[in-house]
Amino acid sequence: MAGMKTIGAKLYDYIDERVKIKELVEYMGSKVVPKHGHSIWYYFGGLSLFFFIVQVMSGILLLLYYRPGADSAYESVKFIITTVEFGWLVRSVHSWSANLMVLMVFIHMFSVYFTKAYKKPRELTWLSGMALFGLSLFFGFSGYLLPWNELAFYATKVGTGMAGAVPFIGDFILQLMRGGSEVTGATVTRFFGWHVAILPAAFTVILTVHLILVQRQGMSEPEGWANKPVSEKLYMPFFPSFLLRDLLLWLIALNVLAVLAVLFPYGIYPFHWELGIKADPFLPPPLVIRPEWYFMFAFQTLKMIPALVMGIEGEILGIFGFSIAGLIWAIVPFIDRSKPGSIKAKLFLIFGLCAVGFILVMTIIGYLVE
Amino acid sequence: MRYLYKLLAVLVMSAVFSLPSLAVENNCQSCHADWEDEGGPASMWDGDIHKEVGLTCADCHGGDPTLEDMDEVRQGRSYVGVPKTVAIPNFCGRCHSDPSYMKKFNPSVATDQLDKYWTSIHGQLNEQGDAQAATCVSCHSVHSIQPAKIPSSSVYPMNLPGTCAECHANPIYMKPYDIPTDQYDKFVGSVHGRQLLEEEDLGAPACNDCHGNHGAAPPGLDNISAVCGTCHARQAMLFAESPHKEAYAKAKLPQCETCHSNHDIIQPIDEMVGVGEKAFCARCHDADSDSKGFETAAAISDLLDSLVRIERMAEATIDEAEIKGMSVDNERFALKDVRSALVESRTLIHSFDLEKVKPEAEKGMQLAAATHLRGLDIIEDYYFRRKGLAISTIIITLLAIVIWIKIKRFDNS
Repeated sequence: MAGMKTIGAKLYDYIDERVKIKELVEYMGSKVVPKHGHSIWYYFGGLSLFFFIVQVMSGILLLLYYRPGADSAYESVKFIITTVEFGWLVRSVHSWSANLMVLMVFIHMFSVYFTKAYKKPRELTWLSGMALFGLSLFFGFSGYLLPWNELAFYATKVGTGMAGAVPFIGDFILQLMRGGSEVTGATVTRFFGWHVAILPAAFTVILTVHLILVQRQGMSEPEGWANKPVSEKLYMPFFPSFLLRDLLLWLIALNVLAVLAVLFPYGIYPFHWELGIKADPFLPPPLVIRPEWYFMFAFQTLKMIPALVMGIEGEILGIFGFSIAGLIWAIVPFIDRSKPGSIKAKLFLIFGLCAVGFILVMTIIGYLVE
Repeated sequence: MRYLYKLLAVLVMSAVFSLPSLAVENNCQSCHADWEDEGGPASMWDGDIHKEVGLTCADCHGGDPTLEDMDEVRQGRSYVGVPKTVAIPNFCGRCHSDPSYMKKFNPSVATDQLDKYWTSIHGQLNEQGDAQAATCVSCHSVHSIQPAKIPSSSVYPMNLPGTCAECHANPIYMKPYDIPTDQYDKFVGSVHGRQLLEEEDLGAPACNDCHGNHGAAPPGLDNISAVCGTCHARQAMLFAESPHKEAYAKAKLPQCETCHSNHDIIQPIDEMVGVGEKAFCARCHDADSDSKGFETAAAISDLLDSLVRIERMAEATIDEAEIKGMSVDNERFALKDVRSALVESRTLIHSFDLEKVKPEAEKGMQLAAATHLRGLDIIEDYYFRRKGLAISTIIITLLAIVIWIKIKRFDNS
């Protein structure tokens, strides 16, 4: 063991001599994480990262067999799940992990909002997080079409159609997304490009910035700690206590993922992803056209808005409303300068609760009215 | 001069019949509508194809439709009035047998209906002056005539059996002809009748598909297979090459009908082949006097039974795999091939040749066996997945416990 240590120490010295990691190690060693009743919310960012890593790994494996295009996408996915050794497992893991990642991202975002962890000096962390949130949704949207099955085809047709309803630039966005005026093989190729090249590259860069910011700024302390005596504040060392807890949660998440992926390779109704029949624009649309669950609230809202509201097209009004709400949500660190307990703070709390309530209610209605 | 008058008369008549679309005042319909009950010619006329193409009452019945006095109309030289029943075929045939006239409405329309009619049983009875024999209006109705492709037409495929049955299922009406009147009841319960009337499959045969329509006649012993063979071509061809063709001819047995009957053809079952209780083969071939035919029938029956059994076994295995949530798309395709082999084997029975049935049935059995084995592999894979999951879950859980102990130790220290 002594010999091993010597080799380890030598290796450490070798690296430190060249890239100066001693300072970084010392910095990490001195890092602490606040310990309080709401510490659990600190872990959801890590869980989102875990599922992203699973996505990258399972995505690369799928890439070995997946072939984009109207004539090959469906066939290659079918080949993966029926013929490729453990192909069914890789696709199942990729699908489950995608949904769990979005769920973790949602929880992480709302936990940051309600603990007001976005406040100064973490405005940029929030903004980068919002960008990652948007990219996660786009990951889901673009990946949904890739199997080129009936449901994906019509969901993409409806989804891109909604984007096309945006005034002035709608048609341009629609053409840009579809690669033409209709959802065709060109759309699959285009979505494939977004899904495996552009989005991962953008996500990785922004994720790196996000993680650096989190590491530099440390975990945000609860607002109530500002006036608390130092002696009453509890901390745990980032390394190894927090990191080990993170690792423990990652292992639990891996276990849950494995159980779900093996026992329910095609999801659980209504969150399922059976391959079904191949997309065919000439076939009548299926009875139920359903987007991914995380788009259901928007889909349902746009469905419920009347065709004309005070002379304005309902769909355009809905998209405009979502855009305004999204913008306010994104810039909340810059407009929320409230003090804890103030009326303004309560207003932001109500705004957040309304957002969560709205998303939950609309999602439930969306699934019930089917 | 007399010839000149005749020529003039012909020209006038031609003008009356060949210029139907001239918009003249139609007093026929307005007067008839006033004094007729509901269901009379005037009320039915609105849905008639002849009205749709621009013809008027006068185009068939003659007379001057612009006249308001009925007596004056009757006195008119062109007035034809209501034809006698036996005269109806020629009455309709004036136009429908005239290609140059009919092509004005539809260049591809047939004009041989009248010629065919005279060859039919109906036409022959009509020639003998039988007013009961079916004429054009018996099937096509009168004054509400619609083309056969219109669903409300009396000769639309799904309505046609009922139209024929109006006479042929009426024992009193059919009494003079001494023929059965149960054809319709039999047809309704037959495989053809159910397909046409219950499944609304217009590809299934109605009466006219076997008996003809305008030239309607019961098929004779020799041409039954030709009638059935228009749809069941492969079976007819195999039968024609089989030793049964000659044997049936000698015994004066109808070909397809001997085993399948005529109007009450049921869905064929495998038990019809072989030497069992329900088997038709055993009616002629018995073990003592005809051992070769008896053995062939038994062997073909055994082949079919084996193929059906193994197909069901493979299907059950694939069903079980599917219920377990496994993907069995490829195996379902293989089962379709097995089904095709079974259908082909059943078709080849009409050759009554074991050497022809055997290769196809064996091909199906091999494929079914392979599919069954593949299904067993998939079910085994299902359990393998669960075992793998259990092992990996235990390993991950143990690792998590170790980390949890480590965390506790750090916390305590």
